[in-house]
Amino acid sequence: MKILNKWPKYYKKDVVTHYCPGCGHGIVHRIVAELLEEMDLGKRAICVNPAGCAVLAYKYFDIDVIESAHGRGTAIATGAKRVRPDLFVFTYQGDGDLSAIGTAETIHSANRGEHISVIFINNAVYGMTGGQMAPTTLIGQKTTTCPAGRDPKFQGYPLHITDVVANFPGVVYAERVAVNGPAGIQKTKKAIQTAFQCQVDELGYSIIEVLSPCPTNWKKTPADSFKWITETMSKEFPIGVLTDKRGSGA
Amino acid sequence: MNKVFISGNHAFGEAAIRAGCRSYFGYPITPQNELGEYMAENLPKAGGVFVQSESETAAINMVIGASAAGARAMTSSSSPGISLKQEGISFLAGFQLPAVIVNVMRGGPGLGNIAPAQGDYFQATRGGGHGDYRTPVLAPASVQEVADLTFDAFDLADRYRTPVMILGDGMLGQMKEPVVFPEPIKNIPEKEWSLKGRGNGPSRYMASLILDTMEMERHNWELVRKYQEITKREVRYETYMLDDAKVVAVAYGTTARIAKAAIKRVRKEGVPAGLVRPITLWPFPKKILQELAQRVSQFVVFEMSAGQMVEDVLLSLEGRGNVHFHGRPGGVVPTPLEFARILYREYQRTVKSGS
Ligand SMILES: Cc1ncc(C[n+]2csc(CCOP(=O)(O)OP(=O)(O)O)c2C)c(N)n1
Ligand code: SF4
Repeated sequence: MKILNKWPKYYKKDVVTHYCPGCGHGIVHRIVAELLEEMDLGKRAICVNPAGCAVLAYKYFDIDVIESAHGRGTAIATGAKRVRPDLFVFTYQGDGDLSAIGTAETIHSANRGEHISVIFINNAVYGMTGGQMAPTTLIGQKTTTCPAGRDPKFQGYPLHITDVVANFPGVVYAERVAVNGPAGIQKTKKAIQTAFQCQVDELGYSIIEVLSPCPTNWKKTPADSFKWITETMSKEFPIGVLTDKRGSGA
Repeated sequence: MNKVFISGNHAFGEAAIRAGCRSYFGYPITPQNELGEYMAENLPKAGGVFVQSESETAAINMVIGASAAGARAMTSSSSPGISLKQEGISFLAGFQLPAVIVNVMRGGPGLGNIAPAQGDYFQATRGGGHGDYRTPVLAPASVQEVADLTFDAFDLADRYRTPVMILGDGMLGQMKEPVVFPEPIKNIPEKEWSLKGRGNGPSRYMASLILDTMEMERHNWELVRKYQEITKREVRYETYMLDDAKVVAVAYGTTARIAKAAIKRVRKEGVPAGLVRPITLWPFPKKILQELAQRVSQFVVFEMSAGQMVEDVLLSLEGRGNVHFHGRPGGVVPTPLEFARILYREYQRTVKSGS
């Protein structure tokens, strides 16, 4: 008998998820847990989780986890990885966390080429605090703090921070993927695997931006959320590899 | 026993390395730049990690990461930078993570200036960041004490799993004095609680978000019990010429040294003055002041601020004695003569008149 699917070793059992139905966080959590097992990283892993909907990630990941103040994840990861280079250290952050309040930490940890892996969940809103505008909110997208839709005259433009850091010599691998259906989920897993491998191979910093549904604050069904990512969000944030310097000895 | 002539800022660094500190994260700010520079030069040689961070906020969070992973970690700054670290210090307290934070104070508020000041006493002793927590605060008054207290700070931090602040000022940081350093620590006991990957054991997490109010309260009381323990065991102070004193100065750090010189001066004029110098600002040396209040009625608090520690003196004395305050905020360093005049006046005015 071939086992097609099993409970990931590093995903806690008997926990009830706090994520909303159709939320991308749960899907990416599962991917991460599977990879920690498949790549044999779980025993030496430390996850730095954010302030954001994933603040409770330790309830699910059965590995060592430390919570960060809002936006400071990559600084904490820097400290841990520098003193214990043998550990596998990754951050898991939302778009408010990583590209608003934590912009400086994001840019500079990337520019130093810290040997960490960054999982960046872009859902174009602040999920945890109730759907306010994020730096990644699309032009015209309505949120509780841009109720008439984001107007670049007043709120500026969606911030493409992954594209920014992809230009840095110390960033070995950057890719944008989407949780928008089975194919997207498979690609997301592949991308995170590549990022993790960069750290295993001691190559430098890697970041995977995941376009991820927030049906609750988008006020859409899970199915429509997938569709919105495919048809609208990925037009602003195109899917694809943003940098791959693995062969170049960066 | 090797005596070296060294600045306060360098002494912080050398003592930290000898105390087993293997990670330092900081951002330049005057008057403590020499400390970061010393670490950049010497910490890697000792097998440690030095990172110049992009901000003080990042630095304190790097400290959190290094400390969570089990290393002895340190950061330093001066007043404006310490304000930026407060969020991280609150997290360190909540996570119960050890760390040593040096504040080489300067004049404020705002950017203020780069002269020695003591205006961050409230911030240091009241917690500074948000939430119900305390931070032990050590106040050296000489470069020798910088070395000794830095050593002790790492031990205190580890013993109680708490951030510890060392509160100096620009004078102490820049001044050179002869110092005998403690012998380097050979072995630091393994920190059982640190995150090192779960291995084959159970996974662990450090979370400061505790949504359940009863759980959060339990966590708060756990911290309080620890602070009570620290208050019971770790109070430190120095006394100077108290035996026959009728006027007692209370001062810490640089100000205490100036006060000592003033006391010597007025004693020549027949004024029986003495000094209590708090070494731990939190926990504050209450008891000695209360004991003194049984026989002394005049207390004079000297600070390089507009009056902060004086509140702790008042709280300690609980209405006993007369408390006079003399402070110089803004980075002005008072002179011994200035303090001497105050001591003389207070003695004349109140003690001699028999009140
Ligand atoms: C210093 C600070 N400011 C504000 C907050 C409140 N806060 C918590 S999470 C969050 C935004 C979360 O949005 P995002 O990072 O996009 O993650 P998501 O919840 O969407 O996954 C904010 C503003 C906080 N916890 N700390
Ligand atoms: S609010 Fe949005 S991001 Fe947060 S759990 Fe719900 S769906 Fe997910």
